[in-house]
Amino acid sequence: MLQEYIPVLLQILIAGGFAAAALILSVIFGKSAARNPTKDSAYECGMLPVGPGQARFSVKFYLVAMLFVIFDIEVVFLYPWAVTFNELAAGAVEKGQNFFSESYAFFWGMTGFLGILFIAYLYALKKGALRWN
Amino acid sequence: MTALFYFFAFVMLAGGLGVVLTRSPVTSAFSMVVSFLGLAALFIMLHAYLIGTLQILVYAGAIMVLFLFIIMLLDLKAEEDRKISLFTVIGGALLVSVFASQIIKVVKALPAAAEAMPELSASASEDVKNTGLLMFTDYVFPLQIIGVLLLVATVGVIVLSKKELK
Repeated sequence: MLQEYIPVLLQILIAGGFAAAALILSVIFGKSAARNPTKDSAYECGMLPVGPGQARFSVKFYLVAMLFVIFDIEVVFLYPWAVTFNELAAGAVEKGQNFFSESYAFFWGMTGFLGILFIAYLYALKKGALRWN
Repeated sequence: MTALFYFFAFVMLAGGLGVVLTRSPVTSAFSMVVSFLGLAALFIMLHAYLIGTLQILVYAGAIMVLFLFIIMLLDLKAEEDRKISLFTVIGGALLVSVFASQIIKVVKALPAAAEAMPELSASASEDVKNTGLLMFTDYVFPLQIIGVLLLVATVGVIVLSKKELK
């Protein structure tokens, strides 16, 4: 069972190794020079850094983050749906029932779920929650 | 296998300790991500692939984004300068020990806890598929209720955080 995770382990090693190599190689091959406050200051496109590094964000970001979380939860329900869609659809076709019958509940269930969240999206759009001003 | 369990459990607990012990809220938040990753690995070791994936996707991804945004909304300096008072340390330690002793007592009183959990069958480890099959046949109505719940959450967020409603 553990052998199946060797690709994952390789991925972790490559990711970590790449990051470590970038740091170590720049220390080995990079030219080191005397440090001074100007060199140590943050480089921000040639602008002089002013104020604290962690400024307080506007509450507008919070609204966007919250809406992101809600629609992220919506997407979570699509994963099991996508995995089972073929099987459920084949089962429904085999029964040969009407498209609006119970065997198509998997389809109408998800349609209803997405429909309810589409209303949520329309509400956010109408209230200007996604407008940036 | 057991070594891996202890490794991930250590990662999770170290992340959890990092959340409590570091003074900077941002460092705390990132320690929490580490803790979530360890927890996700433990879920996957239990063949709970869906929960493990969701742990990373929703908790380490979405919820932590939200946490970081909330932290950024607040004044970080005030939190970093806060002194640790003896009273909170003793109170916290007391609360944790009471909680831990309660868990140990409950687990000891439970006869099933003494036995090793049986291995999951092969079909049970296809948990994404099993969840989907159940959710879209027997639990279609609860799914709609979840949709309504998310709709209510959307309305709530917008009403609470938008000052001037159109």
